[in-house]
Amino acid sequence: MATTHVLPKLVGQRIKRREDPRLIQGRGTYVDDVKIVGMQHIAFKRSDIAHGRIRRLDVSVAKALEGVEAVFTGAQLAELIRPMPIGTPFPSPTHRAIAVDVVRYVGEAVAVVVARDRYVARDAVDAIVVEYEPLPAVVDLERAMTGQPAVIHADFPNNIALPQIASGTGVDASGKADDTKIDQAFAAADVVISQRMVNQRLVPNAMEPRGVVAHYEPGKGSLTMWSSTQNPHILRSMVAGMLGLGESQVRAIAPEVGGGFGAKINIYAEEYVAAAVSKALGLPVKWIEERTEAFVATTHGRDILGYVDLAATKDGKVLGLKLRLIADIGAYNMLLTAAIPTLTMLMANATYDIPAIRATLVEVFTNKTPTDAYRGAGRPEATYFVERAMDMLAAELRIDPAEVRRRNFIPSDKFPYATQMGAVYDSGDYEKALDVALAAAGWEALKAERDAARKQGRLVGLGLSMYVEVCGVGPSASLPTGGWEHAQVTVERDGRITAATGASPHGQGNETTFAQMLADQFGVPLEHVTILHGDTAVVKQGIGTFGSRSQAVGGTALVMAGARVKAKMAKFAGPLLEAHEADLVFENGIISVKGLPTSGKSFKDVASYAYVPVPLPEGLEPGLSEEAFFEPKNNTYPFGCHISMVEVDRQTGEPRLLKLVAVDDAGTLINPLIVEGQIHGGLAQGIGQALIEEAVYDEQGQLLTGSFMDYAMPRATDFPRFELQAMVTPTPVNPLGAKGVGEAGTLGSTPCLVAATVDALREFGVKHIDMSLRPEKLWRIIQGGRA
Amino acid sequence: MSQVAIIVNGKARKADVEPRMLLVHVLREQFNLTGTHLGCDTSQCGACTVLVDGRSAKSCTIFAVQADGSEVTTIEGLATDGQLHPLQKGFWDAHGLQCGYCTPGMIMSAVTLLRDTPDPTEAQIREGIAGNLCRCTGYQHIVDAIQLAAGRR
Repeated sequence: MATTHVLPKLVGQRIKRREDPRLIQGRGTYVDDVKIVGMQHIAFKRSDIAHGRIRRLDVSVAKALEGVEAVFTGAQLAELIRPMPIGTPFPSPTHRAIAVDVVRYVGEAVAVVVARDRYVARDAVDAIVVEYEPLPAVVDLERAMTGQPAVIHADFPNNIALPQIASGTGVDASGKADDTKIDQAFAAADVVISQRMVNQRLVPNAMEPRGVVAHYEPGKGSLTMWSSTQNPHILRSMVAGMLGLGESQVRAIAPEVGGGFGAKINIYAEEYVAAAVSKALGLPVKWIEERTEAFVATTHGRDILGYVDLAATKDGKVLGLKLRLIADIGAYNMLLTAAIPTLTMLMANATYDIPAIRATLVEVFTNKTPTDAYRGAGRPEATYFVERAMDMLAAELRIDPAEVRRRNFIPSDKFPYATQMGAVYDSGDYEKALDVALAAAGWEALKAERDAARKQGRLVGLGLSMYVEVCGVGPSASLPTGGWEHAQVTVERDGRITAATGASPHGQGNETTFAQMLADQFGVPLEHVTILHGDTAVVKQGIGTFGSRSQAVGGTALVMAGARVKAKMAKFAGPLLEAHEADLVFENGIISVKGLPTSGKSFKDVASYAYVPVPLPEGLEPGLSEEAFFEPKNNTYPFGCHISMVEVDRQTGEPRLLKLVAVDDAGTLINPLIVEGQIHGGLAQGIGQALIEEAVYDEQGQLLTGSFMDYAMPRATDFPRFELQAMVTPTPVNPLGAKGVGEAGTLGSTPCLVAATVDALREFGVKHIDMSLRPEKLWRIIQGGRA
Repeated sequence: MSQVAIIVNGKARKADVEPRMLLVHVLREQFNLTGTHLGCDTSQCGACTVLVDGRSAKSCTIFAVQADGSEVTTIEGLATDGQLHPLQKGFWDAHGLQCGYCTPGMIMSAVTLLRDTPDPTEAQIREGIAGNLCRCTGYQHIVDAIQLAAGRR
């Protein structure tokens, strides 16, 4: 008998992605690659002013163009669909998918055209005439809070979207605050660091702009939608609700999705409009976002102003922290907009054991594109505010930035750790992460290198930052959509495994990592496992991919379903092998009795038997297909430490990242190759925010950085080679021990780079510089001016 | 309408186009070669990069009528006899892609890079792909992928 080929264990291996063969050959199907007979193209006329009343909207010329099927104004569309829903329990103004009377940001849709092809649709958009009565544009955040120069929504005085809420030490469940402890902390301090910091507005810019194909079939009364979305199941529920259809009548498909970064969580006006228009006309329609359109029509990220006060002893022990947050959420509440800055409050504790913390938050409307999730979503802001303050404390006390952190860490024996902010950190070893990073970077040697460079007149600085993240979101109590994930695993008649997951990837590589886990679980080759996702007709239920939850929540649901199938399969195999099911092992494509590897039945034969069960074992139903919903009891809290070295050109002010060392602990790693890719991508976005990226509005509310010509996207030449080191502290929250890694890179890198740049410019007396670290800003500091 | 004749991936194709029709739209919508992607409208991102007469070019910046009489190679035409091009293999082996949207353009730019500079340094690779944006990878694994491909040629 031939010796059995022993299958390697795949979890933990650097397995090449199974998604790639189609993608490297141009054979993936993204939404713009979907074609349906009779399909029309839609395009939107958008406001080119930030705030104004529509006085005249003339679509007659557009309508008369050859090839134009229909034009809908906001008023006409309002008869087809309800106002836009949001996904948070916060108050929100009426938001029509297409503006009816007032426009509130540049890019807000005022009409939609349906035409034969995209060229004609654009011609028709250009032929629409709109006259506005301009209203004052609300741009400056702190001025907006006084109701000046205008009130954007009549029901929200002073443009306050969310009146101040508080959390932290002394704040009870009703939000009532007792200031005793926080006041005591500041009264006892030897030193107080106070700084106003801006975590600036960013444009997410997934390389694939958004797009949707909507196909309502009147004969069936059902709608099929393809959308570049992170969460097709949420899309299905919300579109069904908006159109008055049952959820069973809507099928949502996320085909190949070209990046999301949080901006494709929101369910957008264009998705509702495409569905409504398709239903109204009985025609399939396609909308593909253009890039300059995406700059104003897709949600932005960040844009939180923080007033940070840190109280400490002269030895650098932090006694108290006050974080006063003001979020510029733009013109409307979108799906998760209002909730994002609350995550900044939640993570105010950072990695430190701080006796008293008080965070407050106000959310404010302005005449800008609405904000929503962007990679990290609220947590990078928290990390940034706290870590910058820690650096300023270190500088003030002339203590090494590593040392000041070491004196304040939550000790590794205190986990699970209930923070002042209401989070329960699952597991961690922050001091170890610091030590690993210091060793990996050669911290002392780097300091010597910096000092030597300075002696030559070069402006070189070092930065260090800790972070802790909320991932694996999250219990259903924290998400209005539900915080579980769903999976179904089927062993087919031929022994192949088909698994359907509600986690809907857009570059994360779930088809590979999930197959690794199932192949190990069943002892079958990777090639025998197929992962299905992103189609509500194929995956019965799901939440989606965001908050670094695919692996921690979706992966757990998958192995739970897998375990159920395996248990049933063992019940079929037991009688065949004359053994108790508990004594069976699944290995190398064989199910055998423990200790008797040659006694087994092939996996395939047992599978076949389960579908033609003659005889049918007592108490069993035929078939091998099970599902699971995993509801995590807590979030997970990955952490790490980043170190960077930056040089600023004395002549031009241009900063250059020379070195970046990242130590990240995401718990158990399923595929380290994919994990590294995730960290690299996060780092690039964090470094991009620190150095070059910035959504800039002028006083009229025009987005000045409204295309790739003006908005500085990081390019390959902007980065050195990143140096990564993994640490593994498994989470007890799920059986995999995996925490999640998608967003981590954006957290540590931003404060780390600002710290290094401030350090480089220390001779000019600068203590803090707001991002982005534009050469012009740094040049002014070098010239003796202010940042 | 004008008629254009283009040799696409070795095959003679004809199309009737408006003078304003972009090459990328002809490739995608008339020839159904949807591997070439559109990522911007200002010629910055490079997702639409193809080879025109052997040189990488952004197909969103060329009218189809300008490509009349040219030879165009798209990502679909890069593999030969069922064998992946070394760059395709390099991107797969080094995890040089995540969402895959920029990948065809990135690979087509790298084809020209390696033809001009067969043994590039890391800095030359970074410079060579600076006309192509990727939002997922942070570029490091793309650099590795191109290095891998260069070493294997």
